[in-house]
Amino acid sequence: MDNQDRPNPDALLAQIQSEEQARTRGRLKIFLGYAAGVGKTYAMLEAAHQRMAEGVDVVVGYIETHRRLETEAMLADLQVLPRKAVEYHGVTLTEMDVTAVLARSPQLVLVDELAHSNAPGSLHSKRYQDVEDLLVAGIDVYTTLNVQHLESLNDVIAQITGVTVRETVPDSVIDVAAEIELIDLPPEELLRRLRDGKVYVPEQAARALEKFFRKGNLTALRELTMRRAAERVDDQMRAYMQTRAIPGPWPAAERLLVCVSPSPLAERLVRAARRLADELNAEWQAIYVETPDQVRLDAGLRDQVARTLQLAEDLGAYTTTLTGQSVAASVLQYAREHNVTKIIAGKPLRPRWRELLSGSVVDQLIHASGTIDIYVISGQTEPITLTDSVKKHRFTPGTRYAGSLLLVTSATALSALFQPYISPTNLVMIYLLAVLLSAIYLGRGPSLLTSFLSVLAFDFFFVPPFLTFVVDDTEYLLTFTGLLAVGLVISQLTARVRDQAEAARRREADTAALYSLSRELAAVDTLGGILNAIVSSIGQTFSRQVAIYLPEGQSEGPLRLFNPSVELEPDENEEALAGWVYEHGQPAGRGTDTLPAAQARYLPLKTAKSVVGVLGVRPKDPASVLGPEQRRLLEAFASQSALAIERAQLAEQARQAQLLQATEKLQTALLNSISHDLRTPLVSITGVLSSLKEGGPGLQGSLQASLVDTALEEADRLNRLVGNLLDMTRLESGALSLAREPADIQDVIGAALDQLGSRLGNRPVSVHIESDLPLVPIDFVLIVHVLVNIIDNAMKYSPDDAPIEILARLKEQIVEIEIYDRGLGIPQEDLERVFEKFYRVHRPESITGTGLGLSISKGIVEAHGGKIWAHNRPGGGSILTLALPVEGTPRHD
Amino acid sequence: MTEKGEHILVVDDDRSIRRYLNAALSAQGYLVTEAANGLDALGEAANQAPDLIILDLGLPGLDGVEVTRQVRQWASMPILILSVREQESEKIAALDAGADDYLTKPFGTGELLARIRVALRHAAQTGSEPTVQIDSLHVDFSTRQVRLSGNEVALTPTEYDLLRVLARHTGKVLTHRQLLRLVWGPAYEGELHLLRVNISNLRQKIEPDPTRPHYLLTEPGIGYRLRGE
Repeated sequence: MDNQDRPNPDALLAQIQSEEQARTRGRLKIFLGYAAGVGKTYAMLEAAHQRMAEGVDVVVGYIETHRRLETEAMLADLQVLPRKAVEYHGVTLTEMDVTAVLARSPQLVLVDELAHSNAPGSLHSKRYQDVEDLLVAGIDVYTTLNVQHLESLNDVIAQITGVTVRETVPDSVIDVAAEIELIDLPPEELLRRLRDGKVYVPEQAARALEKFFRKGNLTALRELTMRRAAERVDDQMRAYMQTRAIPGPWPAAERLLVCVSPSPLAERLVRAARRLADELNAEWQAIYVETPDQVRLDAGLRDQVARTLQLAEDLGAYTTTLTGQSVAASVLQYAREHNVTKIIAGKPLRPRWRELLSGSVVDQLIHASGTIDIYVISGQTEPITLTDSVKKHRFTPGTRYAGSLLLVTSATALSALFQPYISPTNLVMIYLLAVLLSAIYLGRGPSLLTSFLSVLAFDFFFVPPFLTFVVDDTEYLLTFTGLLAVGLVISQLTARVRDQAEAARRREADTAALYSLSRELAAVDTLGGILNAIVSSIGQTFSRQVAIYLPEGQSEGPLRLFNPSVELEPDENEEALAGWVYEHGQPAGRGTDTLPAAQARYLPLKTAKSVVGVLGVRPKDPASVLGPEQRRLLEAFASQSALAIERAQLAEQARQAQLLQATEKLQTALLNSISHDLRTPLVSITGVLSSLKEGGPGLQGSLQASLVDTALEEADRLNRLVGNLLDMTRLESGALSLAREPADIQDVIGAALDQLGSRLGNRPVSVHIESDLPLVPIDFVLIVHVLVNIIDNAMKYSPDDAPIEILARLKEQIVEIEIYDRGLGIPQEDLERVFEKFYRVHRPESITGTGLGLSISKGIVEAHGGKIWAHNRPGGGSILTLALPVEGTPRHD
Repeated sequence: MTEKGEHILVVDDDRSIRRYLNAALSAQGYLVTEAANGLDALGEAANQAPDLIILDLGLPGLDGVEVTRQVRQWASMPILILSVREQESEKIAALDAGADDYLTKPFGTGELLARIRVALRHAAQTGSEPTVQIDSLHVDFSTRQVRLSGNEVALTPTEYDLLRVLARHTGKVLTHRQLLRLVWGPAYEGELHLLRVNISNLRQKIEPDPTRPHYLLTEPGIGYRLRGE
């Protein structure tokens, strides 16, 4: 706010965003009253009629007329959607049918009693959550609300009226409402209507309400309501002024901090903080400081803290948990770091003497707060007891206390040994050593016991008169006090250090778990591997059963359970809930507001782009509850997981796209190559045949013979090409089955040369076959085919008279056949690629072929469990080597 | 063009192939009858009693192997199989069922006529000729002597038996199974390595260049034949 004449950019942005949101979101209008009977429902219906007259499509989602005639008359010409019946313990309750409203999709829907709690088994536990769904779907909602149902006013009103209201709605509902209409009626008028029986009063609550409907109460409630509405008007005006840079008396931005403790009072504290924050228009935060003492809080108290922080979050606070030695120091440090202006703390509950001893947190805060204001809120409640719930010791308590006895005995024995040489006061040192040892190794309780026992033993054995607890010299009392005090302090300090180490270790473990997850996720790149890593990592860290749901196919399609552990087998309802989480991108299930009765908690796996799936966690121990820190850790795990899953999916998509592209390229190459290679021979053949048919005087003798030879050669070429294409197809479709039989390599080479026949022409071919080659188990026909292909290739790429040499030898149970040519050789970079499909070394146009021969050969040889490779021959030409195992078991890959 | 009036039954479901064969064979003076499927082929074979049958393996309905099997139940005229490269096992089945030779499509007319001549000549033989002479190779069945360019070749009894069986069917393809049965006995039909080793040894003794055999020809995946003519 340095430049007050310029609109605040953050505020502008926020407004644009909220306007944008408002355009797609439905608008919420709340008819706010201070008590039942002020006429909220009637006013809402009146407004609805007005909108209907304007041509707006209005339906009634849920209205309770309480059989009041005037209200029912107002309902007459409105479409009322049927309610949904919910069975609960044999009673049929009716609730608003959210699905029906969404399906009907009106412009405006009327929903009475916003604070209503839905029957158990409904999708949401509260009606305001149903309303939120409607708003998200873009439907405008009119609703009614009594002020005592507002969360932050809940306890104040309970104090005023003596009636505790259980159905509450978070204050944020008022904040997000587009409009609030205050329905006011003077208390006298209301009381008159009550007497006239115009206000609906349930029989069983009549007495309570009698207490409630008193003029004093009503006046107070009326004031609260008006103030709340005014605050809201104030907010709107401030927002307006801020976005339009209207200068004004801006108060300095206030930041509130409320300190939460494991006490029921803390909830009161949090509500008070919210009210104060509202009044001051301040941001507020709730923090909980975990001190070494509190590490040992039992699970119930931990849950209490978790609930309080949850409440604070619901009320709009940012919450966090700190670890520190001293509550006051940690709070103040945090407050300074975050520019907090006011700290709210609870009034201490401990007895006065303890405060005198150790000082209260509030005292410490006030003492060291400096410029920060401290607000102290009072309350009464039972003190908190600490229990040793955390198992930190290797030994059972019995063993540890026995250990302290043993230590004292040893110290006594040692002291007895030294007694003749040193003065009794110095023997105390030996006992101190025992206390120190027990503090380090045995824990708090045993070390306290050691302290006391040490004093007693010292008194009994070493202070005259010996073997009695009587003390002659009063000076020893000082020694006793000293020993006891030092012993106690050592016990406390050591235990505290250990507890703190324990707390640090826990945090460290959390961080390490998160780190190890991200490391594991980075190490695997398949989706399956990532999902396995997530399941095992989250399962271990939170000792929970984990399920991951991913949409079928890439991103569309129904959710499919990915569950390698098979521990968590959700039923249909659970899967439906997972589906809901996926659609809405919000957590649901156990421990949340949406279907809290579910077995598992479901978190959306959300990335910046989208929701990639749903994570379900179910505690192995049904009573276990996640604390806020653990919830946050779980959310961190979830977002890490989501990123990894997204990464894997994107990689998969990229791979698919690449594959598709490669396939397309290959198909184009195939078509080009094949259409060319198939047509060329046909051109010659057709040409020759048509020439022969035409006849003519010139077409006789040698010319005719030469034409016919050409046609025959071309037909032969065509035949080989078709054969190659068929082979390739068989290889690729996996239809190639080897008919292995023992074969003589010499026979194979002979057959190949025989098949090449006239194509070899006058080319010198020399064959060297090592004597005593064993028979090789191969498919005779196919290996002959391979040799024909290779030799054919060698001929194609070498001059007509260049020699071809064939060598066969045995090398460690592998028969190698080498074909040498003196051709053009193969460029070094192409040595591997010549075996790729449709690959041809770039050569003069005159050399024809599909580039299939070598790739077929490779396929056949590899099907035999053999290998084929090429290298260049010193002095020009190339060598192709075929290696076939003698003990051939076919390799399947 | 010496053979006159010999009757050939051409069985193929493809009309243009029948037409081509009819023209090529008629031009050589053979009498040609056509059949387009296996049943017709059996009928024609029974009615006309042709001297030779050219039989396509891939017939609709009754296939070539089955036709061979049935014809062989009552007649011994040579059967020449037409097949494509992918039909190795059917080819072997047809040869084992009694077909005399095979040709792989596409084939040249010269090759076809040569095979027909060999088959017809073989059918005319009584199987009791005392000697066989192919180029420089001379086999005397009565004395069990084999000569190459006049020089006697020393063969083991098995090698001789193998050569004898091949020479008795000069020009005709004998499948691995047939050779093993005829030389070693029915119990040895699966022992292909015996055949491979003996063929290899035989080649070392009678072939001028064993890596490019002249007499003992390999039919890849099918069997062996001794060069005819």
